Amino acid sequence: MKDRATFRIWRTQQGGGGGFRDYTTAVSDGMVVLDAVHRIQAEQAPDLAVRWNCKAGKCGSCSAEVNGRPRLMCMTRLSQVNLDEPVTLEPMRAFPPIKDLVTDVSWNFAVKKGIRKITPRTPDAPDGTFRVAQRDVDRIQEFRKCIECFLCQDVCHVLREHKKFDEFIGPRFFVYAAQLEMNPIDAADRIPDMKEKAGIGYCNITKCCTKVCPEHIHITDNAIIPLKERVVSRFYDPVTRLLHMLR
Amino acid sequence: MPTASTYTYDVLVIGAGGAGLRAAIEAANAGVSVGLICKSLLGKAHTVMAEGGMAAALANNDDRDNWKVHFADTMRGGQYINNWRMAEIHAKEAPDRVRELEGWGAVFDRTRDGRINQRNFGGHRYPRLAHVGDRTGLELIRTLQDHTIYLGVTVHMEHTVIELLLDGGRAAGAVGYDRERGRFHIFAAKTVILATGGAGRAYKITSNSWEGTGDGHALAYRAGAELMDMEFIQFHPTGMVWPPSVRGILVTEGVRGEGGVLRNREGRRFMFDDIPDNYKPQTASDAEEGWRYTQGDKSARRPPELLTRDHVARCINREVKAGRGSPHGGVFLDIAWIKEKLPNAEEHIKRKLPSMYHQFKELADLDITKEPMEVGPTTHYIMGGIRVDADSQMSTVPGLFAAGECASGINGANRLGGNSLSDLIVFGKRAGEYASQYARANGQPRIDEGAADRAIAQSLAPFDRGAEGENPYNVQQDLQDAMQRLVGIVRNEAEMREALGRIRDFNERAARLGAEGHREYHSGWHTSIDVRNLLSVSEAITLSALERKESRGGHFREDYPEKAAEFGTFNIVVKQARDGSMQVSRVPIPPMPGDLKQAIEEQKT
Repeated sequence: MKDRATFRIWRTQQGGGGGFRDYTTAVSDGMVVLDAVHRIQAEQAPDLAVRWNCKAGKCGSCSAEVNGRPRLMCMTRLSQVNLDEPVTLEPMRAFPPIKDLVTDVSWNFAVKKGIRKITPRTPDAPDGTFRVAQRDVDRIQEFRKCIECFLCQDVCHVLREHKKFDEFIGPRFFVYAAQLEMNPIDAADRIPDMKEKAGIGYCNITKCCTKVCPEHIHITDNAIIPLKERVVSRFYDPVTRLLHMLR
Repeated sequence: MPTASTYTYDVLVIGAGGAGLRAAIEAANAGVSVGLICKSLLGKAHTVMAEGGMAAALANNDDRDNWKVHFADTMRGGQYINNWRMAEIHAKEAPDRVRELEGWGAVFDRTRDGRINQRNFGGHRYPRLAHVGDRTGLELIRTLQDHTIYLGVTVHMEHTVIELLLDGGRAAGAVGYDRERGRFHIFAAKTVILATGGAGRAYKITSNSWEGTGDGHALAYRAGAELMDMEFIQFHPTGMVWPPSVRGILVTEGVRGEGGVLRNREGRRFMFDDIPDNYKPQTASDAEEGWRYTQGDKSARRPPELLTRDHVARCINREVKAGRGSPHGGVFLDIAWIKEKLPNAEEHIKRKLPSMYHQFKELADLDITKEPMEVGPTTHYIMGGIRVDADSQMSTVPGLFAAGECASGINGANRLGGNSLSDLIVFGKRAGEYASQYARANGQPRIDEGAADRAIAQSLAPFDRGAEGENPYNVQQDLQDAMQRLVGIVRNEAEMREALGRIRDFNERAARLGAEGHREYHSGWHTSIDVRNLLSVSEAITLSALERKESRGGHFREDYPEKAAEFGTFNIVVKQARDGSMQVSRVPIPPMPGDLKQAIEEQKT
């Protein structure tokens, strides 16, 4: 491995706009992109803004675009990127910039509040506990691995290109909603909201979100498509519609 | 006054990990107005890193378990200098706190009959840790976060508190800044709950994120509160040691709970070589018995790998120092060997330890189902913290509460794995409850604008010095090196005296820190504020460790390697003296009620 590498990092200017600046720093075996950013911060650019916490792929803070690909910087080893050329580091482009590699992700927090919260059914035991088989929670445990890095939101063209922030909740929140819908103790119904408010119809299952998920959650196959199916059978299946009308 | 805004709350919670969120939930449910400040985005706090589980005597996997056994285990782990009332409350209330999480959306792993599954862990007599694979902390924080957002709590994300405000000795709020713009804000509040977590960033090798800079410890100390048990730091035995950039990142004890074994370079299971007398009756006599224990055989005793963390960490340290370590200065932790025992070992490991598999695969290019990991001790947790009343969690400053890692008492000299997450929800709830009561009973205090102005001016001083000032990262790194080397796992008088001298020097350098540019999301400037807190905490750790001339729990002194009965009768407390110096005193432990004594005696067999 080379002992020095150049990182082409997006720096914002106060008041708006910005551009790339090159920083060359020492690198060594086993380093990840976030290590290089920290080294640059400590030695050359103390005001360089970057979000991070756990440095182990568990908190989902250090999301950025590394050579144009949405990644967690703490989980991107330098051995995985070509160091013969400058490594470009940019903030997530789907969200408004704050400074350098940091973006304003507050929209995501607002969206979550709009999703109906868990509504537990009557407990199974007098002590208020539930009896649930492991096989019945396996699939939602996959969804609950989500670390809210918002890389799936960043890459989703409905948000990134078409800016449907007011009509579409994005892959992260379909995963969130699917997890609630499929929770064996939950009694609420979110299917009408999926159709009317969440804009699930906008998703044309290109699976970009699944590809960038650092937790390898099968976002499209296991969360979005089943939700789409529930919407379809509720609202578009003639037999179900008839049953609903008769109820 | 150069502040952008003033917010007013009944209860102000500082910190949004497990304890802060649980406190906010309780306060909001009590009907008072709640503000919640977090240094990061919501849901990113260090709680996400907790892996193994949360301890609660639900007795789902072994009906012999109950609160008394949990209490006795906690006290023994803490070497009997815990606040016994806190240990009692914790053991009694943890089951309810865990159960209610299910209704809030937590999805625990299940037993065969569909209840919350519990796993074995070091120092716990029975399988007691409710868990979700090896990502229990994520499950806890997400559950609490997703519950909180519907309760009308105002969340101030990416804000850092620089000083608490007082009104005649009573907590009155805080002053802080937002990272995004660097603007200052006043948070006026009838009560303040500190839930700021730990201080692992005082050390070079740590599992803690940048946030663990002892803010709550230092804020409370400067506000006149007492800090207790600061000499007790938990060095988790198994952190990653390679590659260098991930050194210190945690490898869950769950690996050992699932049958993982520790070996030195000679292939020897060295943990069998040194089993403390008080744990001998409960420790397996050979490898076969240890394996059966990890597979749920109730007649088997636990393998020595699951002895308390302080002991395992010192054993690893000893092997490495004796030249029997692994290539990168650790020892081997092997879970892959279980393929000799289980037909589908590879799948089993991936299912039981998914994030460990993931972490090693992606960060070290190592497949834990095939090869052993290299591990070594890492600074993980501080047992010491703000001295609080056991029932209410109020500190010695009226209206100032503390819960979770930044508080002290429950863990004594050493914390058992799994007791941390349950501590957060048990005492987070209590802090929220009692803070709300206090807020209802007391009026809105007066805000001392002069004090706020002084705190702001002090925090901005690095900009006046600009590039001429000291680089805050350098001071932080030098402090971390010194604490690691001089006040680490193995301590002695001379080295700790040297540390005190170094801390004095660092304090002088910290008074000259510089920051260039503007205040928006300026990491260097933020570090200059963290450094001040880390220095107070480091001094408290060192002075307390000097005062405790014995070895107990997480505190080991090579010049006093034995436990001394005399030192089992008090806790060490530090407080700011009138002249601003740090004052150390010994506070006697009150006598334990008979029923609790009996609970301990019953478990000594």
